[in-house]
Amino acid sequence: MEGFISLFRSYNIPGAFLVNIELTLWAALFSTVLGLILVMMRISPVSSLRKVSAGYVELFKNMPLTIIMVFMVLGAFAQLKLSFSDNFQTNFFWLAATGLSLYTAAFVAESLRSGINTVPKGQAEAARAMGLNFMQSATLIIMPQAIRGSVAPLGNTLIALLKNSTVAAAASVATETSSLMSEMIEFRPDVIIQIFLIFAMGYVILILPIGILTTYLSNKLAVRR
Amino acid sequence: MGNSDESSLLFDQPGPKGLKRIRIINWVATILFVVVLVLIVLRLHNPPDGENQLSWELWKPALDGEAWSDFYLPGLWATLRAAFLAVIGSVVFGLVFGIGRLLPSRIVQGICAIVIEFCRAVPVLIMMIFFWRAFAFLDLPSPSYWAVVISLVLYNGSVVAELIRSGVGNLPGGQHEAAVALGMTRTQSLMSIEVPQAIYAMLPAAVTQLVVVLKDTALGSIIMYTDLLQESRRLGSMYFNILQTLVVAAVIYFIICWLLSRLAEWLPVRMQQHTLAPTEPEPVAPIAIMDPSNVNQIAVAKEGRPLGGSQRLYHVHHRGTNARIHGWRRTRYVQGYDETQPQSQHVPAEHHMHHRSKGAGGR
Repeated sequence: MEGFISLFRSYNIPGAFLVNIELTLWAALFSTVLGLILVMMRISPVSSLRKVSAGYVELFKNMPLTIIMVFMVLGAFAQLKLSFSDNFQTNFFWLAATGLSLYTAAFVAESLRSGINTVPKGQAEAARAMGLNFMQSATLIIMPQAIRGSVAPLGNTLIALLKNSTVAAAASVATETSSLMSEMIEFRPDVIIQIFLIFAMGYVILILPIGILTTYLSNKLAVRR
Repeated sequence: MGNSDESSLLFDQPGPKGLKRIRIINWVATILFVVVLVLIVLRLHNPPDGENQLSWELWKPALDGEAWSDFYLPGLWATLRAAFLAVIGSVVFGLVFGIGRLLPSRIVQGICAIVIEFCRAVPVLIMMIFFWRAFAFLDLPSPSYWAVVISLVLYNGSVVAELIRSGVGNLPGGQHEAAVALGMTRTQSLMSIEVPQAIYAMLPAAVTQLVVVLKDTALGSIIMYTDLLQESRRLGSMYFNILQTLVVAAVIYFIICWLLSRLAEWLPVRMQQHTLAPTEPEPVAPIAIMDPSNVNQIAVAKEGRPLGGSQRLYHVHHRGTNARIHGWRRTRYVQGYDETQPQSQHVPAEHHMHHRSKGAGGR
């Protein structure tokens, strides 16, 4: 017990979790926007938009996140001089957020597409019969129901995103949890099990409410048919 | 299956005017994407105060025979070795804990549930770092290799365990009832009737999980495991061509994962012959606590519904429902079931394969 207290006193553990939560929220915002655009492209009548969207999703679904993160720092930043800020820490933070967003957008698009699959054909047919064009039937009829139907996979994606935010260590974000954990183990190898339990339980505590909320929302929002 | 016909649902067969408009948008979009590509290539060609990233001097050491024999192939072998062992381990782990969570004993159920939920919630990288350091302190041989393997086994094993649980939960109730009627105990029915079918049902989702395992081995490069990513970084730091070596590694990862994804799409039709549970995996592996499964809604939406006054089809059985999550694994959808009208019933295994053609025929 004393081990735990002294660890909390000498390291800013809540601060590290806060960095991960920030990364998660920013990436969730950007990837939702990008994922919505991708799924609209995917269901549009324009073949080039469909192909680009499908290609994007295939590419990022079959690519390790770690390589994307390494690429953001060693490729995009070091070689191509893509930079968000002169401050190294802020810059790496945003590079990591960009990498996470690009990666997660593919999964958001796939979740939304599975939500579209839950909308019965009759809804789209009725929209067409009423004379709505593609944009109208997509934004007024299909997407509102699809989003309600894809709450469960979207919640899973959010949980995966929170866990994936630890990979920001590969993008040199030194203040987030997995980097802090390595640092703590380096200096206090005697309490390695306690250190692991602190971080593991931290994630369990963060993820349980998301899981419960997802279950509650997908039950509450499901379109009864 | 499907993106073409699910998209064609949203809009009518366009007329001449619509076709013209679509063609114009198509061209504009194509030109836009080409412009973006050209801009990227120009940036690569001439980055601000950097070298030309397209020059052969940088690409040659990333592609020549030495790079392959000394870096990529050993790295790929390390990646595949770790992934292979992790897959075997996670299937064993998943079988043990998945079945454990279904056994009648409350204590065994509880322990398995806690282990599974814990392993699913902790990020793989956190586990990897912990095991790496712990093994190093214990002076075990090749700590980073075993850290990668064991972390992947724990995480993916818990996902496999959940796949087995939902595979059993998604079986029609008649399977268990028939086994009990034959005089089997709950455990016997589980082991010899339900779990074997659940294993077939989960295979496609397990192959999808294989892609996750392969992708996650790249995390090993953070704990100094000399996998493909780590080797390509080493090569890149030797010749200052990290961008090029990363691209080569990315292409290798992509090809392997893409092939596995195709296999996962091809399997469901094969596996449906062996099981009554639905074999089509969900697009995202189920990881949320208490998985609210969408399969039911998806199945209903995919059914072709004959139009124009023909008899409505009712569902005898549905697998879990989003409408009532409480006890979702046991919910059975019995709305409108009329035993005297068997022709109005859908056979679950059938509408997986024939729903398209039926829907078209009804029109």
